[in-house]
Amino acid sequence: MQKGTWTVKAGLARMLKGGVIMDVVTPEQAKIAEEAGACAVMALERVPADIRAAGGVARMADPSIIVAIIEAVSIPMMAKCRIGHFVEAQVLESLGVDFVDESEVLTPADESHHIWKHDFNVPFVCGCRDLGEALRRIAEGAAMIRTKGEAGTGNIVEAVRHMRAVMAGIRRIQGMTTDELVAEAKALGAPLEPVMEVHKTGRLPVVNFAAGGVATPADAALMMQLGAEGVFVGSGIFKASDPEKVARAIVKATTHYHNPEIIAEVSKGLGAAMAGLDIKAIPPEELLAPRGW
Amino acid sequence: MERIGVLALQGAFVEHIALLRRLGVEAFPVRLRQELRKLDGLIIPGGESTTIGWLMQEFRLLEPVRKLAGQGFPIMGTCAGMILLARRVLGLNLEPLGAMDMDVRRNAFGRQVDSFETDLEIPVIGAPPFHAVFIRAPFIERVGDGVEILARLPDGTGIAARQGKMVALAFHPELTNDLRLHSYFLGIVRGDVER
Repeated sequence: MQKGTWTVKAGLARMLKGGVIMDVVTPEQAKIAEEAGACAVMALERVPADIRAAGGVARMADPSIIVAIIEAVSIPMMAKCRIGHFVEAQVLESLGVDFVDESEVLTPADESHHIWKHDFNVPFVCGCRDLGEALRRIAEGAAMIRTKGEAGTGNIVEAVRHMRAVMAGIRRIQGMTTDELVAEAKALGAPLEPVMEVHKTGRLPVVNFAAGGVATPADAALMMQLGAEGVFVGSGIFKASDPEKVARAIVKATTHYHNPEIIAEVSKGLGAAMAGLDIKAIPPEELLAPRGW
Repeated sequence: MERIGVLALQGAFVEHIALLRRLGVEAFPVRLRQELRKLDGLIIPGGESTTIGWLMQEFRLLEPVRKLAGQGFPIMGTCAGMILLARRVLGLNLEPLGAMDMDVRRNAFGRQVDSFETDLEIPVIGAPPFHAVFIRAPFIERVGDGVEILARLPDGTGIAARQGKMVALAFHPELTNDLRLHSYFLGIVRGDVER
């Protein structure tokens, strides 16, 4: 009997496919998420919109919040650590979280290196903006990838940019001849092995979700049609005027992402979505997506 | 050619469809109740049982699947699918299908760090052992008279069962390259495998 293997780590990500992972800050929110059909919750001290507003250094959540949320729900529970902060990751693993998100939403602890994730029994999910970044994270041991988008904005534009970049990168590699792959790996800044795998299979070696800006059912379905295998919704649910209704609607739209009649039906009367931010109005030094190397 | 539907509300349904196609049957996703028509068998995949169960309820799939099960229709459930087929589930906030006379415990082995892979002896598929992947898996707490346990862990824990034309597995054959359990289910669909 073997635990913590690559198969069980990447396998949990595969069980999350087609689902919605929701940011929650209290056990009550976690219960609402579970009852609304979330396939997992992400436990945080503050949702990204509030992290953005608060400024300062954003760190791993207080373990007491994480434990309270673990006890509140039966679905998988994720929590965020800072980029490169392997001790925060060790703490999260010891608390029993099911997935660690090495996240650009928190303030990076290391500006050159990410965590060597193969050392852990708990699986990791990491953000990316393009294929090279995705493959570097996978080489370090990420069992799941999410495109970054721009968290806490309620604006889908960056999520679309990143998903399109990843999918275009995959199609490009797929169309290459084998002798072109070494130069491509060099250009991507990614190891050759996962580049060869993408060439052969036409997909990332792990599951890829969309994150960072999903605020409506149509946003979720858009990301699914662009190639996401599921979605993370951060501030979009509990910053909406009727979180329960928005949560249910986004879960249904993610399942029926190819069915505009159902998306129309679930989008009726949802109340105010989160206000949202124009990316161009954010000072460049406050953007979260460029964090990660 | 047999037509097998794979419930595609959430979870690892693509993997099941790919394995079934390798076995030469017609396999396609089922998301709406009208897609349950003209099927020879149904697979309920792994995923989150609360999510799949809630979506089945919202899209009115619980009753038609319950009815099919009652008519002796072939259904195979893996992990979340096993949970949904059970009569009673410990740790589920909604009512399962109740298609098989067994009680199942959710997340029975613990959290994700306790997920594991191991080789299983499964007499109905013969040698060699089946390499089984258990992810936040359930196990069987109790079965009724009509339910046969197909496999156990070395400590005796029941992790695979059959009742009539229904098969429930606590692990994920869809995550491996071993087609034998899908073949076994297709044998039941075709009527080749008798009790």
